[in-house]
Parts: sequence; structure tokens; C-alpha cells
Amino acid sequence: MRYAYYPGCSAESTARDMHQSTQAVARALGIDLQEPKGWTCCGATAGHQTDRLLAVSLPAANLTKVQDMKLDMLVNCAACYSRMKVANHEISAHPEIRKGVREALDRDYDGSVKVRHLLEVLLEDVGLEAIANACKRSLNGLKVACYYGCLLVRPPEILKFDDPENPTSLDGIVKAMGGQSLEWPCKVECCGSGLSLSRTGVVLQLTSSILDMACRAGADCIAVSCPMCQVNLDLRQQDINKQTGKNYHLPIVYITQLLGLCLGISSGELGFNKLMVPASNVLEKVAANSHE
Amino acid sequence: MAAVEAISAVDLSVCFQCKKCSSGCPVAKIAKSRPSEIIRQLHLGAGNELLESDLVWTCVSCETCSARCPMDINVAAVIDALRKLAIERGASKQEGNVPLFNRAFLKTVETFGRTYEIGLIAAYKLGTGKLTNDTEKFPTMLAKGKIALLPSLGGDRKTVRRIFKKTKQNKGAEP
Repeated sequence: MRYAYYPGCSAESTARDMHQSTQAVARALGIDLQEPKGWTCCGATAGHQTDRLLAVSLPAANLTKVQDMKLDMLVNCAACYSRMKVANHEISAHPEIRKGVREALDRDYDGSVKVRHLLEVLLEDVGLEAIANACKRSLNGLKVACYYGCLLVRPPEILKFDDPENPTSLDGIVKAMGGQSLEWPCKVECCGSGLSLSRTGVVLQLTSSILDMACRAGADCIAVSCPMCQVNLDLRQQDINKQTGKNYHLPIVYITQLLGLCLGISSGELGFNKLMVPASNVLEKVAANSHE
Repeated sequence: MAAVEAISAVDLSVCFQCKKCSSGCPVAKIAKSRPSEIIRQLHLGAGNELLESDLVWTCVSCETCSARCPMDINVAAVIDALRKLAIERGASKQEGNVPLFNRAFLKTVETFGRTYEIGLIAAYKLGTGKLTNDTEKFPTMLAKGKIALLPSLGGDRKTVRRIFKKTKQNKGAEP
């Protein structure tokens, strides 16, 4: 299993924990990740809010690099994943966009590089059974609220990722690790992270309602697979607590961090020390039934 | 309406006002206007006054509206088109200064090839004048390695600069 791994900009900054745990899990599962040399930003929300051609050309610059590697692109950031697939769709469906991209890149690109999310690779190429067999430790009934956010599942007709209203990819992995995945209604609600700095008030309301629902469902932690969601839900808890008198201390962990723990990788290597809300309850629960 | 349709490549005439977009919109209860109302106003011939709607800069681009539209209208692309027109036509209300944030974000991408968060945040904060918001978190984030101090220089900057140059030239030539 070899893929061209596009880390995305946050992997080098606010999502180093996602990046580290992705690489560690991949190594443990025999997934070979090759970083495209000179990869650049996908443009993210700021790109598509500004200009359609810019929003397609920036991802295309990376897709052409992957095309040269003759591999599928593997993405873990939900926002990058969505932008890459939308760019492919825009280029294949609209000849005038393809022409604009050709001028911008000085190279023709047909939109054909296959883009896959890490969760798709874990479920389809590795498989839940192999994951369960590779686990050395169990989540030991840890109650996990799986949170998908918006860009992992939208736009559904282009991404075709899981069920857009009630996805279960994360839940399946949590169960395979011996955790308890919770039924809760906020799986694909938006946390608003694109406006985290510019409209903080709006974002605090959105994150607060998601955290509140996870707590009411009895969650020990929220599992995510998007660096924007992770930072936003993790970082904004102290603001919500300060402004509203609530008392949220809910760890927001990457699914790759949970998986890494179960595969026997140390919490330091998985970047657990980087979380703003410490996940000590998660670490204790997993350590409690370690058979090593 | 014609300008919005041209930029977004959306056919607004098929909207029959079922309001599913507004029901699912996470910011509908915060903003004064709703996505379905914006579309109806466009039907009724609204002009530049629509660019002052607070939804234009409160929308979080989550695309729930587009995903749930029974007529497959890409409502999120309509809002993107309104943002573009609001900037081009100098609409007054740019709440929370999202355009400034977007400019600062894209400037770091144009310069470094990849996003540089601290540079982006500094540029944005200088622009808004609200220097102290959120800064109390930086010492902890830096200590934990939760944010990078320096920009990444590994990206193919040449291609990215070409993209910015060409797409700026291409303004107005969109489908």
C-alpha cells in the first residue's frame, strides 16, 4: 500500500499531532506514505470565498505533482480533501476551467488523480478486521463521540464519502478498537472553524452546542479527522468556559491518535502532549487494560 | 441575479422556496437573513442592497445548504458569489472583517507557498486593531508545539506565484 501523502499546511503547525500520529499509524499498518516534493497550500476556505479559478488552480498544482508520482493522493485534512476533489470535479466538468488552470499552471491537467481520505484507505484497503487484529490494546469501552464535521462529507455528490447525513467510518474504527461509539446528533454539524478568528462570537456558539451535545451523550472524548475541527473544538473550550461559566474539559483527539495508542505506539510519538485539553482520561483507560 | 448566476454557475430560477437550506443552516439563528430569503430576494430583482446582508459574512461555508437542496442548487456558491460582488462593488458591511482575514491568509500562501499561521494572525490583527484577542493562548500553544513559529519554506513557491499572477489577470474572464 503506497500513496502520495498530502499533509496540508496545518500539518506543519497546529496539526503536527495529526501529522505525527498519521505517520506513526501508517508505519505500524504497513502503509507507505510518500510526500510530494514541494507541495503547496490548497487555498482552503479563503481561496473559494475569493475566486473560483484560484480555488481550483491551487489544489491542481498539487494534483499534477501527484500525477507525476503515478500514485493515488492520500489526504487526512478534511478541508484539503474537499478542495482537492472539488478541483478535480471542476476541471473534468468545465472545459473553460481546465483551460484557465492550464494557463495558471503552464501545464494541462485532466482532473484524473484519485484522491482518497485516510479513513477510506483504513476502511477499504486495510480493513476493519486487519485493524482489530493489529491492535495490542483496547479502548476498553471508552465512550467516543465521532465528529465528522462538514468538509469530510460535503459536497456529497462530488466527495461520495460515506453517508453524508449519518456517516459511520469513524464509528466503525472506534468499535474495532474496543471503544463505544455514541449515537449523537452533531456528527456533521459545522463547528465554524473557517471563521474562528474573524467571527469568534459566531464560532463560540457553534462549538458550544457541539460540545454540549457530546457531553450530554456521555462522551469521554470527541474523535475527529479534521485539523480545523480539532483546533477549534479544543482551543475554544477555555473561551466558552470563561464567557459562559460552563465547564467543558472534553478532550478532542484525532482518530489516528486513538488508533496509534491501540497499536501500541507511545502517547508522545502520537502528539498527545500537544492537546490543549489534556486527554489523560483516554490514556488512563487504554493503559488500564494493556496486556504488554 | 444575472451577475450572481454568472459567477456561481447556478440556475436560481429552479428554487421553489422549500427552505431546507435555511432549516439546516447552522448560522440561520445568528444571522438576520436566511439563505432561502437571499435567493427569493434575487428572484425579486434585489440589487446591491443584498450585498449588505449579514449572512454574506456570517456564512461558515459548511455547504449544508447545497447538500440538502432538493433542486441541487449550489447555495454555498451563491454566497461565495455575493462575497466576491460585495468586495468588487465596495459594500459597506464586512462584518468581522472576513475579507481582511482571507486577504491575509492568501498573502501568506502567495509569499511562502504554504499557510503561515502566525504571520497570518499578525497581519489580520494589525488590520483589525484588536491586537489582544486570543493572544493569551500563544505561549501555551508555542510551548506545546501546537503552532509553528516560523514559516515552512518547502513549497513550490514559483508555481504558486504564477497561479496568483495568472488568476488575478483572469478577473472578469470567468465562465
